Amino acid sequence: MRPSDIGILVVDDEASVRDALGKWFKFDGYRVDMAADANAALRKLQDNPWDIVFLDIKMPGMDGLELQRRIKQIDKNIITIMITAFASVDTSIQALKEGAFDYIVKPVDPDDMSHLIRNALEQRRLLSENIQLRRQIEEISFPDEIVGESPALKKVMEKVVTVAQTDSTVMVRGESGTGKELVARAIHSNSNRRYFPIITINCGAYTEGLLESELFGHEKGAYTGALYRRRGKLEMADKGTVFLDEIGNIGVKMQMDLLRVIETRQFTRLGGDKLIDVDFRIICATNKDLEAAVRDGSLREDLYYRLNVFSIVIPPLRERKSDIALLSRSFVNKYAQSMNKNVADLTPETLEMLMRYDWPGNVRELRNVIERAMVGARGNMIEVKDLSFPFTPVNGEDPGDQDSLEDMEKIHIKRILERTGGNIAQAAGILKISRLTLYNKIEKYQLKK
Amino acid sequence: MAFIYIVSIKSADPFWRKPLEAGIQKTFGIETRFVTDWRIDLPKTYDSARGQYNSSGILLQLIEAPPADAVKILGVAQADLFIPILTFVFGEAQLDGIGSVVSLHRLNNKYYGLPENQMLQTERLVKEAIHELGHTFGLVHCTYPACVLNKSTYVEDIDQKSQEFCKECRQDLEIMLKGLRFGKTIR
Repeated sequence: MRPSDIGILVVDDEASVRDALGKWFKFDGYRVDMAADANAALRKLQDNPWDIVFLDIKMPGMDGLELQRRIKQIDKNIITIMITAFASVDTSIQALKEGAFDYIVKPVDPDDMSHLIRNALEQRRLLSENIQLRRQIEEISFPDEIVGESPALKKVMEKVVTVAQTDSTVMVRGESGTGKELVARAIHSNSNRRYFPIITINCGAYTEGLLESELFGHEKGAYTGALYRRRGKLEMADKGTVFLDEIGNIGVKMQMDLLRVIETRQFTRLGGDKLIDVDFRIICATNKDLEAAVRDGSLREDLYYRLNVFSIVIPPLRERKSDIALLSRSFVNKYAQSMNKNVADLTPETLEMLMRYDWPGNVRELRNVIERAMVGARGNMIEVKDLSFPFTPVNGEDPGDQDSLEDMEKIHIKRILERTGGNIAQAAGILKISRLTLYNKIEKYQLKK
Repeated sequence: MAFIYIVSIKSADPFWRKPLEAGIQKTFGIETRFVTDWRIDLPKTYDSARGQYNSSGILLQLIEAPPADAVKILGVAQADLFIPILTFVFGEAQLDGIGSVVSLHRLNNKYYGLPENQMLQTERLVKEAIHELGHTFGLVHCTYPACVLNKSTYVEDIDQKSQEFCKECRQDLEIMLKGLRFGKTIR
């Protein structure tokens, strides 16, 4: 972090102290501002982000202790350092109890001041790193899901290793639950950007306006409720990786904005006019047919080409069934530990049953099935009865027993209709056919009661 | 023609004059003018409780009425200097301004109970003068240990660094000097 990235606010009613301290920090290259009283300080705290605030304990009006309480309400991670003219132990201890990093008694030895700032910045850095790591840990969902020895998965991992060392934009494609985010994280953690954050943005989870604010951040007052300036996720990802999940779900305006950022690596916060430079790598993911989206005009062609530089397709679990046993066992081990259960394996019958299923929800569905089974398991092996399989093939209608394509289609449509409780629109959505086609097929196979 | 004014405060013919002028001329490529008759009211800046002189007070007097041909002004004081928040300072400058001041007081080995060493004191003075003048050209502290713009909180820190700017600071300085040469200040 450059000194100019660090903001120090000095609050003291005594101009000579305020100016001297401010000047001292300016010579180190920090961004510095000063306030003569608590109210002015609070205004400045709303206008700009600050890392360290120096506070005079005794000030007319609101004193330093009360101001510190207000600051901690705004951002509990701002480092506060109290300034006092006398070694007033009681007040200083009170300030420390309420979260002050340290206090200084005027005048201070220059070397002590340098150490104090160095320690304060280290504390601030550790706090930010801690928050970042926590966020990353929260976001890393089941990293052990990238498990398998199938040729299909090995091919994916080879591609991960190849592309990780480059700075190319990567498009990860695959059905829901195949582990697209895990692949994105694997690319990031094998890249030269691994010591910087990977920031995930689920494009499908926000409305266009919210996504804009989430990505670019906003200035104070950019919209109703924007009480403080907020850094966007693109800014947070500086020198790291931005993972844009569900990229196929972004609106037309956002596509344009994103294209501009990708091309210029610059953007402005909402409501701001200052250009911010960022350096990040983009990895995006989708389970949609982007080519079709380009054809029907819902996705800009230029953005498509910008994002689809290197493509990794994760095969669905049904195409790498040989990994099911390995995956299931890794989930059993994982949950045995977290649930403190003495379950070591799955019975051969259970594994056989798992192998027969097609796993439309992919690895995520398998993980959930194993987790549920682990909760109910009584012995040291997971048995068939422990599985609460929602889609067990109906007796006599096992697709494996049928030969023709029509038979398969009939059984599949029937199963989906059962799953949706007869909801035609929902079933048509899952089957990716129009409602009219579904009605025709129901008629054809006499599925209607 | 424009000059860097070196204002000797309360010392008519100091032993450090020639090395200091040479060092400044070599570093900044600007001629120096040495003056001893600048009106500085030192008692006005004296803090009896601390037994020290307020460097900001001296700086203000140095920049009060700069001569038309002064591009920068450097005051050199014997007095022990302070700013209100710190116990002492080796010097003070205006960031991207005209004025600066350095103190010889804590550059003298005698202050630390050691035998006087005028050569070492002069070396330290040249470094601190270039350091403070660097600030007047808008340069901030440098983290490279050997760079003259590296911050010194102890006299040992001054001895550790060189009197040269590092490559990056030198580049920044050259940009500032170029601006001055093409500006109206130096004709």
